[in-house]
Amino acid sequence: MSIVDQILAGDVRAVARLLRDIDDQMPSAREILKELYPHTGRAYILGFTGSPGVGKSTLVDQMAMEYRKKGLTVGILAIDPTSPFTGGAILGDRIRMQRHFLDGGVFIRSLATRGHFGGLTKSTNDMITVLDAMGKDIIMVETVGVGQDEVDIANCAHTTVLVTIPGMGDEVQAIKAGIMEIGNIFVVNKADREGSRKTVRELRNLIELGLRRLGDQHWEPPIIETEALKGRGIPELMDAVERHRQYLLENDRSQWEAVTQKRAKTQLLETLREEALAELLRRMESRGVSLDDLVRKVTARETDPYSVVQDLLQCELR
Amino acid sequence: MAEERKLRILIAKPGLDGHDRGARVIARAFRDAGFEVVYTGCHQTPEQIVSTAIQEDVDLIGLSILSGAHRYSFPRIMELLKENNAEDITVIGGGIFPLEDIPKLKAIGIKEIFEPGAKLDDIVQWVRTHVKPRKAMVA
Repeated sequence: MSIVDQILAGDVRAVARLLRDIDDQMPSAREILKELYPHTGRAYILGFTGSPGVGKSTLVDQMAMEYRKKGLTVGILAIDPTSPFTGGAILGDRIRMQRHFLDGGVFIRSLATRGHFGGLTKSTNDMITVLDAMGKDIIMVETVGVGQDEVDIANCAHTTVLVTIPGMGDEVQAIKAGIMEIGNIFVVNKADREGSRKTVRELRNLIELGLRRLGDQHWEPPIIETEALKGRGIPELMDAVERHRQYLLENDRSQWEAVTQKRAKTQLLETLREEALAELLRRMESRGVSLDDLVRKVTARETDPYSVVQDLLQCELR
Repeated sequence: MAEERKLRILIAKPGLDGHDRGARVIARAFRDAGFEVVYTGCHQTPEQIVSTAIQEDVDLIGLSILSGAHRYSFPRIMELLKENNAEDITVIGGGIFPLEDIPKLKAIGIKEIFEPGAKLDDIVQWVRTHVKPRKAMVA
């Protein structure tokens, strides 16, 4: 059986190994992805984002349980940070998901950011392709714990859930640009804590003031209070996700097309950027031009980065 | 362009043993060595450990155990790895073991046992020497 057939048949070992090859940028993985891509586009992609410690992993765990009860299969990509100093990482999101370890209907993979900014890893979109091809119905992506500006998930998921907790900053935080703009659904987790109602109220005020995604004017983002550890609010969250999915599909599916096109465009541009850069560097070096030399010249102010790039492009892309 | 492959390690605590300081210390030492460490916490069954190791595609499983239940859990883990065609994953143990058990554990395929007093640097060095990231699949 070829690797492609193994993946399509849902072989866990083959999938796990391919994900590693993708993460490590192995050229062979590209070839397999090419063959898998036509088999994708069926899974529903759900993103969970929010600051560290707000309860993303626990929410994902609970949602996975609910989807399993409905008989759907689940793939989970959980991202944790890579050390900027050593390149190492401790991936601990699985701790909250232990009850799924022996369920063949749930595949969990822990990923390290490896220096990528934006909340996802460089290879998250390609990994979604694999989980989609292996037949997972629902793919949940848990971003690294984010701050204000890590919004890649919005170009990746069909539905983005922004998770916060009571007492995370005042109303000014919420009207800033960035992360607060990307939620299709807002969750106030740990809602048993003091200030939960106030946080909900503030979010509601902001939504009424127009805190919505551009081009998404007819969807009013629901705000849901949860206590993920106890399962409180999870049925409501499930319901909200379903309503958002229906919203995307109604009115000639124009919203759905917009989301899937944005996703395809992101994937295309990312791949182009990466491959074009690698190819340019390769051609440059084969001409005997060394990157280090160019860096030295720029550092010494003999030339500037803009002229170097212009020359390079003219020379290599003729 | 292919990057250098990163070593992936699972640190797991099998059985009814809630003393995870050692596991956390070694997880952190591996992190500082530049490895990617999946940490799953306490009270893991052999089945959970092997399933995680396969899904995460790790090169090495480090089992931390202080309860004495290694006589059951270690052989069971080795058995499950074999059943799942995953014997290529290296397994090491750390914790407290009766001296006479160590040769038995090595006989079933546990590559090394680190006892109290083992230096973190030595453990990291052992891993660098004995465990290599596996090769890419061929399409």
